[in-house]
Amino acid sequence: MKYIVGFGKFWYDFIVGDSAVLAIGGAAVLIVGALLARSGAHAAAEVALPALVVGTLALSLRGTE
Amino acid sequence: MTASNFFIVLAAFLASAVEAVEALTIVLAVGLTNGWRTSLLGVAAASLALAVVVIALGPALVQIVPIEGLQTLIGVLLLIFGLQWVRKAILRATGRKALHDEALIFAREVEELKRGPGVGPDLDWTGFVVSFKGVFLEGLEVAFIVLTFGANRDGAFALSALGAVLAFVVVTAVGAVVHRPLTRVPENTIKFVVGVMLVAFGTFWGGEGIGVEWTLGDWMIPLLAAIYGAVAFAFVTTLKRGTPTATAAGSIA
Repeated sequence: MKYIVGFGKFWYDFIVGDSAVLAIGGAAVLIVGALLARSGAHAAAEVALPALVVGTLALSLRGTE
Repeated sequence: MTASNFFIVLAAFLASAVEAVEALTIVLAVGLTNGWRTSLLGVAAASLALAVVVIALGPALVQIVPIEGLQTLIGVLLLIFGLQWVRKAILRATGRKALHDEALIFAREVEELKRGPGVGPDLDWTGFVVSFKGVFLEGLEVAFIVLTFGANRDGAFALSALGAVLAFVVVTAVGAVVHRPLTRVPENTIKFVVGVMLVAFGTFWGGEGIGVEWTLGDWMIPLLAAIYGAVAFAFVTTLKRGTPTATAAGSIA
């Protein structure tokens, strides 16, 4: 049992770590990118992906000012 | 060697070298931040897993392994993990987080001492996973390259494999030369740069996995790293203006 808990804790720390915003944001970035790519908007996806990554990082830094 | 044979070796060499450099970047990053033992164990485990997959599947590899799915999974994990590192590096550089967690380091040392002499430090699983994933994905891409170029005509498989092996030897030699000078760079600087690179790789691979066609191809990786580096540096500059404490007045450099 402790190995299962340890395994789960490892992946929780790996993915969520100090900021749940980054975990949710990171996944959301690729979901939005996938929607754009599948609709054929490749140029928009190329710009949106890095822009959303920067936005996610900015959001995670809110409250630390 | 005929001209067409030479070009098969050259094409496989160049294509494999690009993938090998990407893997080397991650191996160096993990080695510098999580220790060389962790990083090289990740390389060894990934090489073993790759060997098993390639030997078991052979030429059927190209049809069976869902490379886009792997790219998406590895991309999103690297993206999230890299963002966590960049965030921590920014907070450390602006004094919002201590440069070293002395209590944690002390507790770890005590734990190691309790295990007695002759027992090495624990394997850093986080670093191991990052190193493993980077080498496994890139290695798989090299296997795809070798099989694709090798499928062109009879005898081409050995030539494309030769190109890939030459690329591996050259890139490994470059890694062995550059790893030592890199260890002299301050810890937070390394973590900052490594975080930025992981985010760049994560965006690129994740993007490829979900079907984004990067106009610049692999050149998008350094461009993304430059953009993220500049943005992170701008965050540091902005946050430094309102630094709350001076307890860890560290900077990126």
